[in-house]
Amino acid sequence: MATRTKHPAQDVAGLGTGRALGFLAPAMLLIAAFLVFPAVWTIYIGVTNYRLTGVEAVSPSIVGLANYTRALNDALFHNALWLTMLFVLGSAIIGQNILGFTLAWILRRARPAVRRTVEALTLLAWILPSTVVAYLWIAFFDRDTGTLNSILGTTGTAWLIDYPMVCLVVFNTWRGTAFSMMLYSSALQAVPPSQLESARMVGASGWQTLRDIVFPHIRGHVLTNTLLISLWTANDFSPFLLTKGGPNHESETVPVYIYNVALQGGELGYSSAISFLLLLANLLVSLIYLRLLRRRA
Amino acid sequence: MTPAYVVRRIGFYVLICAITLFFAVPMVWIASAPFDKNPGLGVHWPDWTFENVRKTLDHPYALHAIVNSLIICVTVALAVTAFAAFASYALSRVRIPGRDALLYGLLLLSSVVTGTAAMVPIFVMIYQLGLINSRFGVALVMTSGLLPAAIFILKDFVDAVPKSYEESARVFGASTLQILRDVVLPVARPGLATIMVWAFVNSWGNFLVPFLLIRSTTLQPAAVLMQTLTDEGGSVNLQVLPVFSLLFSIPVVVLYLLVNSRYGFRFHGGIKS
Repeated sequence: MATRTKHPAQDVAGLGTGRALGFLAPAMLLIAAFLVFPAVWTIYIGVTNYRLTGVEAVSPSIVGLANYTRALNDALFHNALWLTMLFVLGSAIIGQNILGFTLAWILRRARPAVRRTVEALTLLAWILPSTVVAYLWIAFFDRDTGTLNSILGTTGTAWLIDYPMVCLVVFNTWRGTAFSMMLYSSALQAVPPSQLESARMVGASGWQTLRDIVFPHIRGHVLTNTLLISLWTANDFSPFLLTKGGPNHESETVPVYIYNVALQGGELGYSSAISFLLLLANLLVSLIYLRLLRRRA
Repeated sequence: MTPAYVVRRIGFYVLICAITLFFAVPMVWIASAPFDKNPGLGVHWPDWTFENVRKTLDHPYALHAIVNSLIICVTVALAVTAFAAFASYALSRVRIPGRDALLYGLLLLSSVVTGTAAMVPIFVMIYQLGLINSRFGVALVMTSGLLPAAIFILKDFVDAVPKSYEESARVFGASTLQILRDVVLPVARPGLATIMVWAFVNSWGNFLVPFLLIRSTTLQPAAVLMQTLTDEGGSVNLQVLPVFSLLFSIPVVVLYLLVNSRYGFRFHGGIKS
């Protein structure tokens, strides 16, 4: 790992391996009990017919891969996968990425007061508690007195019911753009000003400058940013706060589906199988991400 | 000033205004509705009153919820900081066998095992342990979820502390514990403060864990009560909900401003749960 070459460990305070292990133990025990164990246990629950109530709650039995074959044929699960892909593509890969980069690019040369104001607003959208933010948007989209309908003069349009996925994509773009903006701001500082200056001298258009000078410098950042925000968006539970997955499963992304199957339907075994698939997807994305990071370092 | 330049400048400001409005307009409600005599879901200039604040403070669950949130989040912030401090110091200074593999595993864990992916086993586990409806159970789960990332951020801080401080203390005959208490702790204080604020803010907004693990309304933290109030709907809650949202949001914004002014906003790539 990079840490080995950067910071050779040197036990200057004379802690010793024994006491160092003692220092590590409380944190590792907690992580093992409440993070590693649940992740591994999902695999076991996923091959049983364990339920929240009823006979199977008391004595669950092993059903092998039945839960996984069921997932293969479950139209609602396919629907959840498809909606999650739309959600990730629309709000993370396109929405947050492009809006975040645009902000980083145009704020570079804006007046400090303008820059600070816009940055503060995007950051506020990012740090406010998710239940508060969700309610702000429920109010904004409201059918009768919502701000959106007042602005557009379309009173009576129930946005969250008629266009639930569009609402979720707009909501999550608003919520998460700050991260991409900050990441791209720091990435853009690495682009040599002299190259931008010479592009301007030879009369390159804004688009040409972006494509030929800026993009090659920040390609790694674009990739890592996209992977991270996709991972977070796919695991985001806030769609539940806005629509609960409705109407009629039209906005039921995978996390909301897992919740509904597990706690509304009580099917702990089946929902664990789906959770395990989500864990596998997370693992895959994270491994790619770490590999990229290491190559850059 | 060529015409093309003027057009570009105008386009630039139109774009900035549009983006600013996009971020600002949904937020105006939380500033106007709490102090409005007839609060609705729309945004309009308020007919000023403090009646809603009184109503909120009289609400049977509102203050309870804030207190519950404080109990949970202070516990989480202290536990995460303490456990991560010891672990990160050991990982930074001592070459424990298997350290690099451990660090890599922690890094993976922090992004792979998310709340949504692990909600079923965590629910089942807490259910079987009999810790449903326990604020302690919620704090325990949140602490473990934040620890891997916290250890990483803190290890960076400790790595950056020059070893010469500890070396010279040692030369003057200080014991290991004295070095840790009188040399390392004061130097690492900004890092510890950052982690504490980070853990507090993260657990303050966390909805999923208490939503899964707490069923009783009197034990709900603010994040879950927000949702309970939203689901109930009705006109009474439109007096309570806006003020409550504001009360619930203030600590996060204040802490953010505090960290920002004292230490500057440091960018910890990839760290947000």
